[in-house]
Amino acid sequence: MKKIILSLALALGVVAGAQASGDTIAWDKAPNKTNDLGALQNGAKIFVNHCLNCHSAAFMRYNRLKDIGLTEQQIKDNLLFTTEKVGDTMKANIDPKQAKEWFGATPPDLTVIARSRAGHGGTGADYLYTYMRTFYRDEAKATGWNNLVFPNVGMPHVLWELQGERRPIYDTHEEHGHQVQTFKGWEQIKPGKMTALEYDQAMGDLVGYLQWMAEPAQNTRVRIGVWVLLFLVGFMFIAWRLNASFWKDIK
Amino acid sequence: MAEFKEISPDASAGEKLLNWVDNRFPASKLYKEHLSEYYAPKNFNFWYFFGSLALLVLVIQIVTGIFLVMHYKPDANLAFGSVEYIMRDVPWGWLIRYMHSTGASAFFIVVYMHMYRGLIYGSYRKPRELVWVFGCAIFLCLMAEAFMGYLLPWGQMSYWGAQVIVNLFAAVPFVGPDLALLIRGDYVVGDATLNRFFSFHVIAVPLVLLGLVVAHIIALHEVGSNNPDGVEIKGPNAPKDANGHPLDGVPFHPYYTVHDILGVSGFLLVFSAVIFFAPEFGGYFLEYNNFIPADPLKTPLHIAPVWYFTPFYSMLRAITSEMMYVLIACVLAGAYFGAAKTNLPKVIKAGVVGAAVFVSLLMLSIDAKFWGVVVMGGAVVILFFLPWLDNCAVKSIRYRPDWHKYMYGVFVVNFIVLAYLGVQPPSAIGERVSQVGTLFYFGFFLLMPMWSQMGATKPVPDRVTFTPH
Repeated sequence: MKKIILSLALALGVVAGAQASGDTIAWDKAPNKTNDLGALQNGAKIFVNHCLNCHSAAFMRYNRLKDIGLTEQQIKDNLLFTTEKVGDTMKANIDPKQAKEWFGATPPDLTVIARSRAGHGGTGADYLYTYMRTFYRDEAKATGWNNLVFPNVGMPHVLWELQGERRPIYDTHEEHGHQVQTFKGWEQIKPGKMTALEYDQAMGDLVGYLQWMAEPAQNTRVRIGVWVLLFLVGFMFIAWRLNASFWKDIK
Repeated sequence: MAEFKEISPDASAGEKLLNWVDNRFPASKLYKEHLSEYYAPKNFNFWYFFGSLALLVLVIQIVTGIFLVMHYKPDANLAFGSVEYIMRDVPWGWLIRYMHSTGASAFFIVVYMHMYRGLIYGSYRKPRELVWVFGCAIFLCLMAEAFMGYLLPWGQMSYWGAQVIVNLFAAVPFVGPDLALLIRGDYVVGDATLNRFFSFHVIAVPLVLLGLVVAHIIALHEVGSNNPDGVEIKGPNAPKDANGHPLDGVPFHPYYTVHDILGVSGFLLVFSAVIFFAPEFGGYFLEYNNFIPADPLKTPLHIAPVWYFTPFYSMLRAITSEMMYVLIACVLAGAYFGAAKTNLPKVIKAGVVGAAVFVSLLMLSIDAKFWGVVVMGGAVVILFFLPWLDNCAVKSIRYRPDWHKYMYGVFVVNFIVLAYLGVQPPSAIGERVSQVGTLFYFGFFLLMPMWSQMGATKPVPDRVTFTPH
């Protein structure tokens, strides 16, 4: 009954649709790399090595990676564990129950994550690109990490070794009588294995991969679409002339 | 029984076969009655494409639907994954799925255009009332079909959209909670709901829909098509040729078949552009949230139905307890008008006033959310009565007083504004605007018997206006 009341309240607009996560920083524009095979392969490597430990991509088969230029042998040698077959879907190594205990929530499946995170701020890729680059040290949190686009995120900064540790710098000023903090930039506390530029590029590759994985047919779709539309323009011309030749007798 | 026709033994094999069939089934007769000798007015314009396009989209939906069902699994644990399986592992599955998901939106665009055409040219007027009524029933079926189909991908929006809408039925006094339970088959939307919605979506509603489409077309071909001038081309006084065919009509085939092929090519151009370049259509055709599997424990911040329901959803949200006083005032004002300004018998006047007071009391005692549901349903049901609400002397907008055009213009803008507000999260200003919009929507129809009579109509020509191409 509570749920019924709650959803009715939502339906009738009694509860204002406050966008809790909408108050965060603007999303950066992710580079579009879904046509860049090298970047996609690098992204796939980062994905398998880092993300796949906890997250699944349960609707994505390893052998689909052939679409981004890998051979079956390369997939087997570099991306698979010995027990897995190349036709399997990408399952996380972690037990979902344990993951829930550790992080407070089961890590979401990442197959279509890039499609689901789109919103007013930009595409899903923009969100993920920003998300992966705005982790910061926050000792108040259980994991020791926090994030600017996803406050109180359950996931620790898995790639901290690559990026190092950073801290956001805020500019405090007064607006309408309130103290308002605006995000100014970053301060590197500990260096990582990568420079800031290298890290951004790696994240661009990873997000490109996630974007591609969310809809592997997306570039095929556009390529075919061009031909379909060209055909239809020709078809329309013929239909137009056919129609005119029939109707010329009608006075 | 019809006369048994013999055919010359020298006739070709094809002719013999057709003769054999015609003696047993009215193949040639049906072909003539509905295509080659069905005379349609020759002055059809752009708006007349949408009838045949609606039929095309229906066929697209059925054919793609058949292929989707081959791979889709109506199971709460498997549904989301099976859709992704279709999108990835089924050869050309993504195309079939996008055709179906885009087709759903296209269906509503085409049907809204088709209904608008009927509205402005008076296509619902005598003797076409049943054509219109069957059409409205098709629209109602289509809404049911779309609503239940939207649950099947089992994403967050599917789930919570269904949850919200089914819970609306719980607002009905006395039987509400049981009714909602009956629809869901469970206390929350779950596997049972998914299974029954699947069943309704793939077989029950489409059967009714197809039957109604046949009835719609048979009724249309019985009374003949209207046209932008609202002139009857088949009436007793309409000019006819030596064979008795209307001079202002052309055989549907080949004239309107080739014409509709042109319309089809234009439609397919737009339809394909969406499928291939923007299948999500900015989150309006495929909502972003729906790429997250349904989670009964996580309510999304903002639940909105798909765009084609939002005008009606806005009207639902407009009915707050504050708004109820306005509605009660409307009911009482209507009763006062009926009692004081008409020449009805005293008994009926007393009945009207009594009923108004009774309804007002109900409106005060039953929760506003129930009346919201009534308003939302009423917004669709009121369309059925349009043929008996319009008292204008002429059918077509072309010969109505000029200010009628503005009236229809405001109606369209109002409908679009309501649709926009239904997509947005609730806001104080949006609520006010949608309340005014709701009053206008209902005022447009309920006051039509009066306003449609006002103003000077223009002379209607004897023949349709047609300029040869």
